[in-house]
Amino acid sequence: MNGISKKFSKNLIVRGARVIDPQNGVDEVSDVYVSDGVFVDKFSGPAEEVDARGLVLAPGFIDAHVHLREPGQTRKETVKTGTMAAAAGGFTSVVAMPNTSPAMDNAASVKLLKEIVSSDAAVRVYPTGCITVGREGKALAPIGSLKNAGVIAITDDGSCVQNNELMKRALEYANMFSLLVMDHCQDASLTSKGQIREGEYSLLTGLKGWPNAGEDIIVARDVILSKYTGARIHLQHISSALSLEIIKGAKKRGVKVSAEATPHHLALSDRCAVGYDTNYKMNPPLGSEEDRQALIKAVKDGTIDIIATDHAPHSITDKDKEFDYAAFGITGLETAFAVCNEVLVEGGHITLNRLIELMTSAPAKLLGLKSGALSEGYAADFVLLDPQKSFVFDKTYSRSSNTPWLGKTLKGKVEATYVGGARAYPF
Amino acid sequence: MISKEFLKNVKWTRKDLTNLQSLSIDELEEIFSLAELFKESVVGGEGKLDYLHGKTIVNLFLEPSTRTRTAFEMAAHRLGAHVITIASSASSIVKGETLRDTAKNIEALTTDMIIVRHSAAGAADYLAERLSIPVINAGDGAHAHPTQGLLDTFTLRERFGKDLSGKKITILGDVLFSRVARSDIHVLKKYGAEITVSGPATLVPPSIAKTFGVRVTYDLREAVREADAVILLRIQHERQDMAYFPSIAEYANIFGLNEMREDWLKKDAIIMHPGPINREVELDSFLADSARSVILRQVTNGVAVRMAVINLCMAAKNKASI
Repeated sequence: MNGISKKFSKNLIVRGARVIDPQNGVDEVSDVYVSDGVFVDKFSGPAEEVDARGLVLAPGFIDAHVHLREPGQTRKETVKTGTMAAAAGGFTSVVAMPNTSPAMDNAASVKLLKEIVSSDAAVRVYPTGCITVGREGKALAPIGSLKNAGVIAITDDGSCVQNNELMKRALEYANMFSLLVMDHCQDASLTSKGQIREGEYSLLTGLKGWPNAGEDIIVARDVILSKYTGARIHLQHISSALSLEIIKGAKKRGVKVSAEATPHHLALSDRCAVGYDTNYKMNPPLGSEEDRQALIKAVKDGTIDIIATDHAPHSITDKDKEFDYAAFGITGLETAFAVCNEVLVEGGHITLNRLIELMTSAPAKLLGLKSGALSEGYAADFVLLDPQKSFVFDKTYSRSSNTPWLGKTLKGKVEATYVGGARAYPF
Repeated sequence: MISKEFLKNVKWTRKDLTNLQSLSIDELEEIFSLAELFKESVVGGEGKLDYLHGKTIVNLFLEPSTRTRTAFEMAAHRLGAHVITIASSASSIVKGETLRDTAKNIEALTTDMIIVRHSAAGAADYLAERLSIPVINAGDGAHAHPTQGLLDTFTLRERFGKDLSGKKITILGDVLFSRVARSDIHVLKKYGAEITVSGPATLVPPSIAKTFGVRVTYDLREAVREADAVILLRIQHERQDMAYFPSIAEYANIFGLNEMREDWLKKDAIIMHPGPINREVELDSFLADSARSVILRQVTNGVAVRMAVINLCMAAKNKASI
């Protein structure tokens, strides 16, 4: 699957970079050898050489939460443009959410996606399947068939399963196949009309509030169901301080729960929405400053397992509207490293090595991928970074440009991305 | 009669009025001075003025309204402008046209100003950013209703004098969904009034106190005891997708102001309401029609205040384009 068809030279040596490989405990200046698309210890003979002095070489980033929109919503994004954006952002693997048209609730749709991926993708794409048919929360999707068709996890992302009995069965059933369940935690009865976080700024703007309780209740439910069934569950884009406390407590008691944080929830808070700029409208909405600080703390203490972007492209028509009617979500693949580098590393909260871990070996482990490290025999997916370099984010490869960072100066540049030893970026 | 000289000397530079938060006291004073002069002309029977002769104003009302729409029409008409009103049921919005396209088309029809009412918060700001002609907010969702805030303040200043510092104003009812409450609070606080808000906790969340710098109480008697003015808000059925309180009868029992509760009020306290009144719910007929009520005065003042706002924004646009 995920065939990357680009040509690569048989042998490649990347010279002189600071090599950071958290899984193998490596942080040193050295040369990296690639042969036939995989990392090798050394070889002799002719090779293409890349001078990477002054740069950081890290495993390629892995994003467990991306909306590629294909099939069906190609005015927003395609596999081609979405994976180009991924490559430009240093990502060599992305997990595609199943809320396409048609949704990934049957093996044939997954097969279609895989065909598009094999011809169009610039990086590796791992499909996910739906938990329920049509993401309607009513009947279980054919989870076993989806697994056989190649999905890496199941989720009804964006349409959290509301019925607790159904969610319990989904966990029990998926666990039989050791298939990861991912949940977008929100209680629809509390959040379905919400536009921004309920609090000071929903009061000031008059926009309908989305209360933290809407997330907290489902996080608690999922923790309880995971403990009860013994099944793993991954909680997507956590945004509330109390949810983080619940997750932390659950982990302490050995519940098999994991959690992700997005760059935008780490960098921005609900205050951003005061001007009704729909590039600050996302789901879950930006939290309060207190939530944001709690999220940073949770990254530091390990409550948060991975960084994931929730890259959610939307066309101008979907976004250039009254705030109430605009679509939720922003793009994130191309800015994720820089934004996290600024907030977490430059902000003095974690080391660069830890950030790289959160974007490479940690998601690889969560998803069960033989990836996210520079180990011998692993596919040569890697990225060359300049963490000190500032740049203006003025060009996006995504089909959409719904991001508040467009035109802004960011620090931490992705210089090149290699997938299976072949250069995927610059294009 | 207002001299054209007066109008030339105004310092107002905004082409749009979308909220009151951003206005300075100087800007507010300019609106109120002009509104006073316009009120004299309105009440004095001066009839139609000609300041905006040859101008066309479109009232884009995408949410039902009688009072505000008519008051804007009246204000524009009295300034000599031609007015076209577009109501949502007659507009292309029901055919799926976006707000942006509707407004851009109205602008392209050589309209000189848009007055917009919309159910979505931020809709007026959205248009103000995208159109070069002036945009006046006639109410956007639960965000702002600036001209109502202005006419309420104008009415209070008529009664209590221009300095409202230390005056106790109580806003009662559906504050959470009320753009009137928000605009009233923003402007009245600029004039030093002390604001109390009250109503069911589901519609008056306690955090309103900190966010808006007001006092919150859920005891009606306590809320109105020291008030110099009580502003009642209509219970907005159309914005409530769920029951925020058990029933209309329960609301009237706990938070309704009526004849039997009149002795809770100070002797000279006045009663205000942005309309339309739900009689016998938030306010009974006895009080609504009593000498305390300045509700119809508010309506008349609304014409004068809107004449001032229309005139200032149009003048700012014309100045900018010279």
